[in-house]
Amino acid sequence: MSELAAPLAVRPATGSRRSALSDALTMTARCVRLSRRQLDALLTMLMLPIMLMLLFVYLFGGAIETGTRYVTYVVPGILVFCAGFGSSTTAVTVAQDMRGGIIDRFRSMDIGGPAVIAGHVVANVARNAMSTLLVLGVGFLVGFRPHASGLAWLGAAGILALFVFAFSWLSAAIGLLAGSPEAANGFGFFLMFLPYPSSTFVPVATMPGWIHGFANNQPITPVVEALRGLLLGQPIGNQAWFAVAWCAGITLVSIVATGALFRRRTA
Amino acid sequence: MDDELAVEAIGLHKSYGKVSVLAGVDLRVARGSVFSLLGPNGAGKTTTVKILSTLVSADAGRARVAGFDVARDRHRVRRAISLTGQHAAVDELQTGEENLRMMGRLCGLSGAQARGKATALLDEFDLADAARRRVATYSGGMRRRLDLAAGLVGNPSVIFLDEPTTGLDPRSRQGMWQVVTGLAASGVTVFLTTQYLDEADQLADRIAVMDGGRLVAEGTSSELKTRFAGQRLDLTLIDDGAYREVAGRLGGRVAHSEPGRLLIGLPTDGTAAHVRALLDEVDPERRTVERFTVHTATLDDVFLALTGHEATAGRTAADTEKETANV
Repeated sequence: MSELAAPLAVRPATGSRRSALSDALTMTARCVRLSRRQLDALLTMLMLPIMLMLLFVYLFGGAIETGTRYVTYVVPGILVFCAGFGSSTTAVTVAQDMRGGIIDRFRSMDIGGPAVIAGHVVANVARNAMSTLLVLGVGFLVGFRPHASGLAWLGAAGILALFVFAFSWLSAAIGLLAGSPEAANGFGFFLMFLPYPSSTFVPVATMPGWIHGFANNQPITPVVEALRGLLLGQPIGNQAWFAVAWCAGITLVSIVATGALFRRRTA
Repeated sequence: MDDELAVEAIGLHKSYGKVSVLAGVDLRVARGSVFSLLGPNGAGKTTTVKILSTLVSADAGRARVAGFDVARDRHRVRRAISLTGQHAAVDELQTGEENLRMMGRLCGLSGAQARGKATALLDEFDLADAARRRVATYSGGMRRRLDLAAGLVGNPSVIFLDEPTTGLDPRSRQGMWQVVTGLAASGVTVFLTTQYLDEADQLADRIAVMDGGRLVAEGTSSELKTRFAGQRLDLTLIDDGAYREVAGRLGGRVAHSEPGRLLIGLPTDGTAAHVRALLDEVDPERRTVERFTVHTATLDDVFLALTGHEATAGRTAADTEKETANV
């Protein structure tokens, strides 16, 4: 090993004062790079929703009556399902990070928990944008034909992005709460089941009466309804506002919880 | 408090639940020195480092690092220090260069500055050839060097190294020792913990021995050895009869005896005059002492004397501190 040169010495610490925003951007770049290099996890995240769509369209679709062609009904649902599943992977990446030594280094460098977690969340939104496009593409191939104006497309994209953002923060909080990546992974299953008792795959009216209350009032339903309405050019009533309110609420609560959990985990 | 001190701690206490980890720790580390906290696993070394590097708050007591209070001025402390813990704090899926550039950005460097700093550090730490390889492909020693380099991106003035060589092969340890020596020469303060006696002996200007959450001694390596385990003249006698005769004659003055090896140890100050006088006294006929060894106390002896148990690990090449001669 070469001798350490003197210039390493005691120059006053660091360059300019950084902002939390620039830290968050650096953290996002880090998380994007890390997830690009975890190909197996990335591929699972991309393939699973497609498999599920093919399953519903071709295997179940023939038996399901929704008033329209089933593919038209189910693709918006699959987009939300895929976004929910994708969001849940944040729990795993956050839990993995908490297990390594790098969090202590970040903290000793005065980088706040919100910046670290925001990196995971934003990277996950980017991952989901990719998988959404892929699912939409395969949707077209199997016969999905939306009737949406440019504005409606924009609205749909916005709602979906908001949904991913909200559930990624929620997952991040779960990831901090979980003791290990394995435990955090279990949360993915929970989020995978949440769409079933909603209008994601079949209309709520076809379900037994006792579940209507839950199905109509859980966050997935307004998101799916708004998305479906926007993409198919149907009236959506207040569903978009419900969806936005749910997402904003979940985001807010999760960010607060994340801050507290990060401090607790690292104290 | 004293501005010449890089680290000053008074009465640090920390418990986790009912388990007391630190029971009143005082520390003073001069600027620009290498300070070693030496102790077995579970002595409280890591907790001390975590408190001093602001990751954990003490239940009682206070500490200043680089002139700032670790509780009230934690943000300024963080900008003046770096911590390299026991678990590698680099991303395995990023290359060495990417890790260092990321740290540079987080330290407030511009993209170009971060790139320049990364290149310089990779050169200095002999990692230039591996700069574009993912850390997952690095050896343990390379990883530790990168880890240390990552801690230096922000030009810290106090560097905490928590067991920097645990788990490294002997050659990588030597490499780390050179790095630490180089750091010290460049004027930064190095605060390192170790469970290896020879490591503290080699690197540290001052050593604090820690056991059960307390400091049991503090001083330079030679001070500790003189104070807690003096030197000894070990004599190997020619036969059993001579052994019994000498042992009987000297009685209570014998500091150490090993009948099986016909060995008797007597306290000495190590000077030639004293050794010569002892030899003449024990063996005026110059016939019964076959050989002698001046046993310079090792930190092992210090540790044993202080804690009543041997250090758990790491007695390596330090046992060469013996001078042997035939009579």
